[in-house]
Amino acid sequence: MTDPLPVLELDGITKRFGALTANDDVSLSLQKGEVLALLGENGAGKTTLMNILFGHYAADAGEVRVAGKPLPAGTPRAAIAAGVGMVHQHFTLAGNLTVLENIVIGAQPLWSTSLNRDAAAARIRDLSATFGLPVDPDARVGDLSVGERQRVEILKALYRDARILILDEPTAVLARPEAEQLFRILRGMAQGGLSIIFISHKLHEVMGASDRVVVLRGGKVVAERRTAETNPAELAELMVGRAVARPKRQAHEAGPPVVVARGLSVSHGGGMALDHVDFDVREGEILGIVGVSGNGQAMLGRVLSGLARPVGGTITFQGRDIGRLTPRQAVRMGIGRIPEDRHAEGVVGDLAVWENAVLERLDEVSRWGFVRRAAAKERAAALIRRFDIRGAGPETRTRLLSGGNMQKLILGRNLAAGPRFLLANQPTRGLDEGAIAAVHSELLQARAEGAAILLISEDLDEAVGLSDRLQAIVKGRLSEPIPAEEADARKLGLMMAGVWAAPQGVSHAV
Amino acid sequence: MRFERREDVSLTALLVAPFAAVAAALLLCAGLIAMAGVSPWVAYAEMLKGAFGSRLAITETFTRASPLILTGLAAAVAFRARLWNIGGEGQFYMGALAAAALGHATVTALPLPLAWAVLAGAGMAAGALLLLVPAILRLRFGVDEVVTTLLLNFVVLLFVGLMVEGVLKDPMAFGWPQSVPVAAGLRLPDLVPRSRLHVGIVLAVVVVLVVWLVQSRTVFGAETRAAGLNPRAAAFAGVPLTATLVKVAALSGGLAGLAGVIEVLGPVGYVTTTMSPGFGYAGIVVAMLAALHPLGVVAASVFVATIFVGADAMSRATGVPSFIADVIMSVALLAMLAALLFTTYRVRR
Amino acid sequence: MMEALEILTNASLWAAVLRIATPLIFGVLGALVCERAGVLNLGIEGIMTLGAMVGWLTVYWGADLWTGLAVAVLAGMMMGWLHAMLTVPLGLSQHVSGLGITLFASALAYYLYRLWVQVGDLPPTIEPFQPWAVPGLSAIPFLGEAVFTQMPPTYLAMLLVVLLAWALNHTPVGLALRMTGENPHAVEAQGLNPNRIRIWAVMAGSGLMALGGAFLTTGAFNSFFPTMVQGRGWICIALVVFASWRPGKALLGAILFALFDAFQLRLQTVVEGVPYQLFLMAPYLLSILALILVARRARVPEALMQPYRRGER
Repeated sequence: MTDPLPVLELDGITKRFGALTANDDVSLSLQKGEVLALLGENGAGKTTLMNILFGHYAADAGEVRVAGKPLPAGTPRAAIAAGVGMVHQHFTLAGNLTVLENIVIGAQPLWSTSLNRDAAAARIRDLSATFGLPVDPDARVGDLSVGERQRVEILKALYRDARILILDEPTAVLARPEAEQLFRILRGMAQGGLSIIFISHKLHEVMGASDRVVVLRGGKVVAERRTAETNPAELAELMVGRAVARPKRQAHEAGPPVVVARGLSVSHGGGMALDHVDFDVREGEILGIVGVSGNGQAMLGRVLSGLARPVGGTITFQGRDIGRLTPRQAVRMGIGRIPEDRHAEGVVGDLAVWENAVLERLDEVSRWGFVRRAAAKERAAALIRRFDIRGAGPETRTRLLSGGNMQKLILGRNLAAGPRFLLANQPTRGLDEGAIAAVHSELLQARAEGAAILLISEDLDEAVGLSDRLQAIVKGRLSEPIPAEEADARKLGLMMAGVWAAPQGVSHAV
Repeated sequence: MRFERREDVSLTALLVAPFAAVAAALLLCAGLIAMAGVSPWVAYAEMLKGAFGSRLAITETFTRASPLILTGLAAAVAFRARLWNIGGEGQFYMGALAAAALGHATVTALPLPLAWAVLAGAGMAAGALLLLVPAILRLRFGVDEVVTTLLLNFVVLLFVGLMVEGVLKDPMAFGWPQSVPVAAGLRLPDLVPRSRLHVGIVLAVVVVLVVWLVQSRTVFGAETRAAGLNPRAAAFAGVPLTATLVKVAALSGGLAGLAGVIEVLGPVGYVTTTMSPGFGYAGIVVAMLAALHPLGVVAASVFVATIFVGADAMSRATGVPSFIADVIMSVALLAMLAALLFTTYRVRR
Repeated sequence: MMEALEILTNASLWAAVLRIATPLIFGVLGALVCERAGVLNLGIEGIMTLGAMVGWLTVYWGADLWTGLAVAVLAGMMMGWLHAMLTVPLGLSQHVSGLGITLFASALAYYLYRLWVQVGDLPPTIEPFQPWAVPGLSAIPFLGEAVFTQMPPTYLAMLLVVLLAWALNHTPVGLALRMTGENPHAVEAQGLNPNRIRIWAVMAGSGLMALGGAFLTTGAFNSFFPTMVQGRGWICIALVVFASWRPGKALLGAILFALFDAFQLRLQTVVEGVPYQLFLMAPYLLSILALILVARRARVPEALMQPYRRGER
């Protein structure tokens, strides 16, 4: 070991939450000017580890040392003072305040009599120029794009003289070109002497942008590699720990269109969340909608769930207009809906599993306005058996289920009724590989049984793997569909950047 | 120190919480009583005697508990659906006014059970209407209902004053601002002879059982619970949030209005601006001590009634100001709030 | 119509407006400080009641008026501390805790008053604040009488509006307060402790509320009696929304409200045949109306009523 003293060392970090051990004796080190990737699946303990490093949590055991000096546990103030900066995945910004205000807070003693706005603005402009992070200090953060907000987050750290920069899933909200630009900037910073840790579960990023990779699995460090000495296949296996094969889509003929949208438009907050979109979802087919988060996916999901009303165009299900359905009518017609956010929309966590299992269909298990509890619980028990929902009985509180089992419950309550159309909005977000495989095989099974499925996903591998045809969503507009077989990285990248060959409104002049 | 959510709320913890809260309140208020130069032991013993020491005392306590059950239930029903109805006081008076306005004229021509039903219905409708205003303001304009229900309490009390000094004024009351009495035949029969305790308490308990059944067994109950716990998920699953909230508002306001009706038809017989010693506000305490459970409301009402009736007697005997009852009640509320935290969270380090 | 105009152009009306507005200004600023940090303080009604009692009692027991105000502030801060403890580190329902504080603080005020003060037919009185004419300025016609011949706490209230508006926008502590109400996670990520900021904000705000209450018994009136706050606290909560959480607009709201109140009081004496209750109802109905007008447009602090627990999102 000829390395100089590391700028950062984590030594034997252990953190438990109740019965769960999120970090188990994790040790790693970081050199000056190095870019370290922390690779792992959801739930591998990456974010917890970085939150300990930054002082959001205190570790149960172990020590963090910056330039050889132990860092007091559990205080972000100490971490910042030691030169650690963190860019959180969910930005910690106040949308109603200005960029400058978001950056300077905490930098001055609280009882100073002035904010020195002019000096601060000059310094921010200076940092922006030096590191290639352009942003207007006087802009309101709420008016900025996601990419600009991320720049503000990075500037916050730089403003406090960070020498070590931690980025938690920095590309989760960025389109490919933005992500590539970010990594160029980070590379430049590292050459300038900053040390960088970024968290990711995307192999190509890790391969492209890091000097060294630490792989976390189940809270433990399972491997450490020089990026130059490894390859994506090895990293994938290390990350997942076992070879989990996602189920493969079998080719088969799609039937007639079940859901048809023509010129569908929905307004939101003064603008158009969906702008004249056209799509067909056919029987026995999965149509994948890909795109960077925040381009209208949420509104598309809301319209199809019966929660938003179009302002223009038509949307039909088996020839009937479904633009003004309530959620209840949609369920009765045979439309299945998997919401984008399990916890916020999918289940009521504090109700029992059986109550969530029948909440959409209370009318089917009630008489004279009274719930037939025995029948409802029997239904739930059947779902639990058929969809292999583990760790749950009908009486279990739903919030105690793991993400994967919660998703199976939601899938189950939709699929049990044999829907003719299924909306699957981010169906595997935040799940581990095992659960992803289970969800995928259920979706493919429903497809084989003739359901028309609209899959909205930000995970390109998932979308390409499951879908028969793909459309990209960009700023509320949809591209022309392409068959999944024609989808390669370059083509999808262009589509998701809003560059598509055929102009809108030509193909459906059939 | 951090809080960690317990896997499940244990029933034992839920049952212990109110007792712990009450014990804490009595302990903390002992200091205030001692400041008056009276031994807390003596004072609390006097309170117990004043509330349960004689047949008359017992009937008084339960008489006081009757409207509390209904205002407490009104708050519990609303809070469960996250409708912050703080207007129980105003709704109580609206119910009372409705009973007094109708209780001496045309209604007397009807057969008795029907006349009661009409008065109860009118009182409930009056209370419900009063709460529907803030509920609709919240739904239509996003106005926080806490402030509007609170402000409406003051408006209603002035309105009561206007009525009892105006169109409903009793000319036989020697200038006292009180309404004309309800017809003697409409008064609720006594439950215990030669006391003020009337069948209203039976009615209140029956209403509690019905509400409990509705909450735990019906589609409406299930939808209300879902909407209260996670409105977004409930809406996604097809629960009509607006309609549910309106129904809850009508039920909650109606229950508080019914409390006013039985108070007029029962022990009081007419309406004055001082007929409620804060039944509406005390109802909030009752609901919280009951952890918003209908059955708990009955027990909590008896407790709060005990404190008030007992404190009056104790005050007469020892000279400790009877306001101590309000202090005990409010401290119990705050202690219960803290105790509830420990039923759902455990503290780590 | 002529009568109404006559009332409005009378300098004594405007002098009364500022006097009536004073407790509201203190109260609304107090509520504003709490809410800007993200905590709704429905304890305001009780805290004002307690402030009124404690401030008066201190003077009744022989202290000077300013000491009375100071003691009231301390009492208010203690109640604020209690509310903060329940709602900030423990993260309990701000609605219920606030109502509990109101019930507790007012019950305590009534209890202690009854315990310590012998009340005859009429409540005992003290010598309240007297109007102080600002030298020079009070000689200005109309304005001198309307604005510059007030009781000293009224001037203090005006000064506080200016001070708070400046502090919120131009000092680090003001920024930290606003940020805490918008996104406590952002505050924590910058190395500050959002819960500590909230606790201090609630205590400071509650102190201001108590000051408003104390002005009632040491300025507007000269004695304490139960229910004297009469919903002024709730009106302040409505005024904060009306003011979009801005000190300047809060002052404007309080003055408009007081103008209406003073106007209706004078109108009562000239208009006959209308029951006085209708006049008295008007302020409450006006508050509700104000809420309806602004509720949709109000820019609420984003983290208002959201407890912050470290490590939870």
